[in-house]
Amino acid sequence: MTVMEQRGGYRPSPPPAWQPRMDPAPLLPDAEPYRVLGTAAAAKADPDLLRRLYAELVRGRRYNAQATALTKQGRLAVYPSSTGQEACEVAAALALQERDWLFPSYRDTLAAVARGVDPVEALTLLRGDWHTGYDPYEHRVAPLCTPLATQLPHAVGLAHAARLKGDDVVALAMVGDGGTSEGDFHEALNFAAVWQAPVVFLVQNNGFAISVPLAKQTAAPSLAHKAVGYGMPGRLVDGNDAVAVHEVLADAVRHARAGGGPTLIEAITYRIDAHTNADDATRYRGDTEVETWRGHDPIALLEHELTERGLLDEAGKQTERDAAEAMAADLRERMNQDPALDPMDLFTHVYAEPTPQLREQRDQLQAELHAESEGSHR
Amino acid sequence: MTTVAVKPATMAQALTRAMRDAMAADPSVHVMGEDVGTLGGVFRVTDGLAKEFGEDRCTDTPLAEAGILGTAVGMAMYGLRPVVEMQFDAFAYPAFEQLISHVARMRNRTRGRMPLPITIRVPYGGGIGGVEHHSDSSEAYYMATPGLHVVTPATVADAYGLLRASIASDDPVVFLEPKRLYWSKDTWNPEEPTDVEPIGRAVVRRSGRSATLITYGPSVPVCLEAAEAAREEGWDLEVVDLRSLVPFDDETVAASVRRTGRAVVVHESGGFGGPGGEIAARVTERCFHHLEAPVLRVAGFDLPYPPPMLERHHLPGVDRILDAVGRLQWEAES
Repeated sequence: MTVMEQRGGYRPSPPPAWQPRMDPAPLLPDAEPYRVLGTAAAAKADPDLLRRLYAELVRGRRYNAQATALTKQGRLAVYPSSTGQEACEVAAALALQERDWLFPSYRDTLAAVARGVDPVEALTLLRGDWHTGYDPYEHRVAPLCTPLATQLPHAVGLAHAARLKGDDVVALAMVGDGGTSEGDFHEALNFAAVWQAPVVFLVQNNGFAISVPLAKQTAAPSLAHKAVGYGMPGRLVDGNDAVAVHEVLADAVRHARAGGGPTLIEAITYRIDAHTNADDATRYRGDTEVETWRGHDPIALLEHELTERGLLDEAGKQTERDAAEAMAADLRERMNQDPALDPMDLFTHVYAEPTPQLREQRDQLQAELHAESEGSHR
Repeated sequence: MTTVAVKPATMAQALTRAMRDAMAADPSVHVMGEDVGTLGGVFRVTDGLAKEFGEDRCTDTPLAEAGILGTAVGMAMYGLRPVVEMQFDAFAYPAFEQLISHVARMRNRTRGRMPLPITIRVPYGGGIGGVEHHSDSSEAYYMATPGLHVVTPATVADAYGLLRASIASDDPVVFLEPKRLYWSKDTWNPEEPTDVEPIGRAVVRRSGRSATLITYGPSVPVCLEAAEAAREEGWDLEVVDLRSLVPFDDETVAASVRRTGRAVVVHESGGFGGPGGEIAARVTERCFHHLEAPVLRVAGFDLPYPPPMLERHHLPGVDRILDAVGRLQWEAES
């Protein structure tokens, strides 16, 4: 005889009432990527913003070309170009206030530069004279992050800490389509939503993770749909429409600042160049696809709008091209100087105080360098 | 002069007290982890902190170790001093990428501009009858990662002092808590100001002339017991408690071995690729002409941690330590 039978039989009762935590419908992204350029909404866009975006896009494309050229001259170890993705890069930087923080991935040098990081210091990692060349606190730009998606939880933690301290700070974290497969992407979004942290996640879906197309990366309806599972809104935007990306990002930043919590934004864009200068994109994609995307070029789209509205003439274009050339010339000149290297620096910043073991090793290297220079003087 | 009645306290209580005092002294100290809030941790080491300081200062996080440490990185970037609890040694592994790629090297990557003062508390080691994945000795992984300090207490007083020092450190510290010593008791008065132990100093727990047992964490009491038992054999053993694996106190260790001329390294972690190999090499490099015998190691076997009903065969015990001491070429003495 079971316990239940002793008690006079089991009387089924309904489980405690269940209801969803929230209505998922408002979290769903639009059916189509949001666009401004080429639509009626474009007429309402602020001319100053359009001109600012245009100037940064032109400068950004020139920066990518110059950096790629520097790899061929042996001045950079490697460069992951964001040509074709400049709208996302520039809009990310421009959507933030000065007190906010940017968390870039390794392909987001342009965003860091657009936020004020010195163009040469932004390339330190890729030149290889140190890992991070700039002071992250100067422009509130975290170090360019190489391990995929690992910078996303940092953005969440920083935004959470700022909120705990009562500071009005938003963090914007950038990641690629490939990065959304990483566990850190999941954990960051989950923490952000649970903590209602003021964070914006910008996924640049550029079609490929090195060579692997999105279809092999995810079976989700869109990357923006992933937001629903975390309880945050997902937005889809045309990543080559600088005005649209800026608007969606600015909305999400405002929402986060107002205490509304995080947003996941998927920007549909395309990597026109190979993964890096060391990659051969012809092994995994055809010219037709690249040409199709060249027809939806972020700079050409914005230029068209500015010209149509009479906000940009040939002289205006030339002014921006000249400014970009001046930036490139300065970059070239400074990158062609050998960086000052001090091998002793290797030991300086491992710990606040070097351990006794590191002091011994530092002395060893010092002695080796001394012997080397004695030898060369002999 | 008044005498304060000193009651015995457990290591777990001393650890709690260290966090409580650190939180009271510095509002930037935040405790976070799985079950650390309402429950007070599965070992109750964070007991009462959420109640006293609020859930924003002692936070139950989602169950994801990489997320816990990754968000702690961001919090430290913004000037907080996170104290992270990893629930068990083997549950810390998902956080390794954050630990190795970011926590350990952010200061270095940024030329000192972005130090990360994070303390990562990890209950470690066996001997508590834990089932699979609850008894690992993971210190070798941490020791092999430049940029981390690796600290482990063996006494109640050290648990307090070393944890305070770890939280105060501007560098990341992996703070390994020997689980089976959580309930060990000692007379330690939390009301008396305790000197905060500096990180990186070993201590001689027992003086002796015949040989040195070099050990840390959960193996310290075992070595002290072995030293007592060794008296019957006529050996007077010295026991050095390392307290800090990184930085390593070569000075204290080498001074002891130069005095005794013989050394055995004792730890639970596996011998092959374990801390003992590094320690034996360092001792040999510094004390070669004082050594009467090769430096021996008594370690856990090179196995995945055994099931609890077999763990006693794996863990270094008094007999295995005495056996090693017996192999230190005493015949040369006669």
